[in-house]
Amino acid sequence: MNATGYNFAYLDEQTKRMIRRAILKAVAIPGYQVPFGGREMPLPYGWGTGGIQVTASIIGADDVLKVIDQGADDTTNAVNIRRFFAKTAGVTTTEHTTDATIIQTRHRIPEVLLSAHQTIVYQVPTPEPLRWIEPREAETRKMHALTEYGIMHVGLYEDIARFGRVTTSYNYPVRVNARYVMSPSPIPKFDNPKMDQMDALQLFGAGREKRVYAIPPHTSVESLDFEDHPFQIETWEERCALCDADDSFLDEVITDDAGTRMHVCSDSDYCRDRQEAGHVGDGGPE
Amino acid sequence: MSDFDDAPLLRVSGLTHRYGNTIACRDVSFELYPGEVLGIVGESGSGKTTLLDCLSGRLRPSTGEVAYDVRGRGLLDIHRQLSEPERRMLMRTDWGIVLQDPREGLRMRVSAGANVGERLMAIGARHYGEIRAQAVDWMERVELDLARIDDPPSTFSGGMRQRLQIARNLVTGPRLVFMDEPTSGLDVSVQARLLDLLRRLTRELNLASIVVTHDLGVVRLLSHRLIVMRDGEVVEHGLTDRVLDDPRHPYTQLLVSSILPV
Amino acid sequence: MIRVEQLTKSFVLHNQGGVEIPVFADIDLEVTAGECLVLAGPSGVGKSTLLRSLHANYLPNQGRVFVRHREEWVDLAVAEPRTVLDARRHTVGHVSQFLRAIPRVPAIDLVAEPMLDIGIGQDEAIDRAAAVLARLNLPEALWRLPPATFSGGEQQRVNIAITFARDYPILLLDEPTASLDAGNRAVVIEMIREATANGAAVVGIFHDRDVREAVGTREFDLREARPAA
Repeated sequence: MNATGYNFAYLDEQTKRMIRRAILKAVAIPGYQVPFGGREMPLPYGWGTGGIQVTASIIGADDVLKVIDQGADDTTNAVNIRRFFAKTAGVTTTEHTTDATIIQTRHRIPEVLLSAHQTIVYQVPTPEPLRWIEPREAETRKMHALTEYGIMHVGLYEDIARFGRVTTSYNYPVRVNARYVMSPSPIPKFDNPKMDQMDALQLFGAGREKRVYAIPPHTSVESLDFEDHPFQIETWEERCALCDADDSFLDEVITDDAGTRMHVCSDSDYCRDRQEAGHVGDGGPE
Repeated sequence: MSDFDDAPLLRVSGLTHRYGNTIACRDVSFELYPGEVLGIVGESGSGKTTLLDCLSGRLRPSTGEVAYDVRGRGLLDIHRQLSEPERRMLMRTDWGIVLQDPREGLRMRVSAGANVGERLMAIGARHYGEIRAQAVDWMERVELDLARIDDPPSTFSGGMRQRLQIARNLVTGPRLVFMDEPTSGLDVSVQARLLDLLRRLTRELNLASIVVTHDLGVVRLLSHRLIVMRDGEVVEHGLTDRVLDDPRHPYTQLLVSSILPV
Repeated sequence: MIRVEQLTKSFVLHNQGGVEIPVFADIDLEVTAGECLVLAGPSGVGKSTLLRSLHANYLPNQGRVFVRHREEWVDLAVAEPRTVLDARRHTVGHVSQFLRAIPRVPAIDLVAEPMLDIGIGQDEAIDRAAAVLARLNLPEALWRLPPATFSGGEQQRVNIAITFARDYPILLLDEPTASLDAGNRAVVIEMIREATANGAAVVGIFHDRDVREAVGTREFDLREARPAA
């Protein structure tokens, strides 16, 4: 059901080649932000234009695409992007993580381990991890070039000084391949350890700032920390109310206007798989 | 200067800088020894700021040499014999720079403690407790209220900001500190306290420094030696009190006689 | 300890048409350990200028100002600034007519500072500073205050204390007793006599005849050194 009037996957071949060259360079220099000539996409910045251009450049007719937003397949953004590629590339789409060859994501990494035949494409709003402290682009480039990264620890210091612990919980900075400090995009720090030595290729696209960067398979990804305040991921007292999982990232959901809450898996596919396998939580809706 | 036969820390020779056809400073040469404080005075446009920029590694002079005694390597021209990473490393470890406007020398949005700790983190300190302890120590040494350690300098007075700038620079134990009009813009009473602090710290740490100012009162109290600049040239150079009390050059005489009596 | 040869000094006032004001010419003099040389002559004859030249505060036009420093003769007229500073730090003490100090620094810290400069510990420096301030009868209530608001006599006693808390081999004294009462003048006389007895070479300008007579071992009259007009 390919839409007529568009090239395969919307972008023209010239543009895709240009983006692929940028991606190749990004893969060759893990964590390094490569500028590319971003195109106008038929949706606004902030809706995943960077991720879509990366996906459009690597997707083939045989690929199976999964798109998630905050872990869920059924949010507006995820549904739209899935439909976009179904229409412009005629590819098969799926909600099952294990069936997908390309997973485009905003704000999460699926709970199941990704494998070597898969590629995960992150949508990135602000690619520059040094930007919060250094507004000058020329200076941040120089800081990357000279590995002047002390300033990143200033942010963590501030957290500990004010709150007694590192409170940064999203977009927690990482060092890739012991070289470049990189923004992992606004995933929860819960997902950071999954990036380390991942079997799948990880690509990052920032539409507004027109940058791509990458983590090749089996690359070290280390979350920044202090010796006396080592990196820690979030933990919950609760289990998933639907599937009883105690090892997944949980969202708190308010279920009525009396403030009743329950915790459920953020990764909807993971949760459904567990429920289908017979796991039952204790707090599901009556 | 307690050790008398020590080698110079800095040797400047034939330093000239041009902007196009304009010569901002011409043929400046001097040596600076550990623990020495050198004042550079002159009016706006005398070339003293250009000279400071060249000396502190931020501006490459057109000709001439700025040789610094790099730890373990000896005198090297910072502009031509050090790579940029080496120069930047030098600037944030063995050197300090205190700017007239603390908003340029400090990170105004992060806490005072982090401002002090940043240089330590930049050279690889990764133990929060130790960084914090150093920040506390330096806050005390520059007489800043410890209760303010987690406040950003945007909430500090001008004098407090300058003291924080000093602490931020000294935490890595530099041997040479550049100061650009460190006390101007401060109230007189705050100036006096800052000058006293600078004198005390330079003595305690055997710190060499180069202080650029238009304020002859500041150099009299702070510097051992004085360079007087006019139109890009050094017109007089010598012991501070000698230059101020027995000025030889017409321009220096004019400068000294222009001080308003108190 | 001091040997001056052919010392000549004049001032050229460039901003007043380059007029040259000669002060003295061709001075030769020698001061040995234990001596107190009194500079004599009427006001304006150049006593202070000579004393300041001995301190390298003024630069002579020609001639030599040798002082015995670190067991060598150092010519302060041509020495590098850091050599001059080293000589001042270790060898040549100087009491000026007026106290010039950093604002807001307490008197006792001002007195202690030159001792800290040569590596004397903080506690000992403060003890010695306290002792000399007490000897000069400066009320203890003033010790922790900066001298800016002191009376002339109080400021001058702080000034004297700054130099006499140390034991300099050479002392240059510019009217140290001018604003002191008789009692404190006597203390200063005693201190100078102790210094010379301990081998210091002293050169001084003393306004009061009784002080001159009490401490001076020799006189040098600058009228003899007036340059030919």
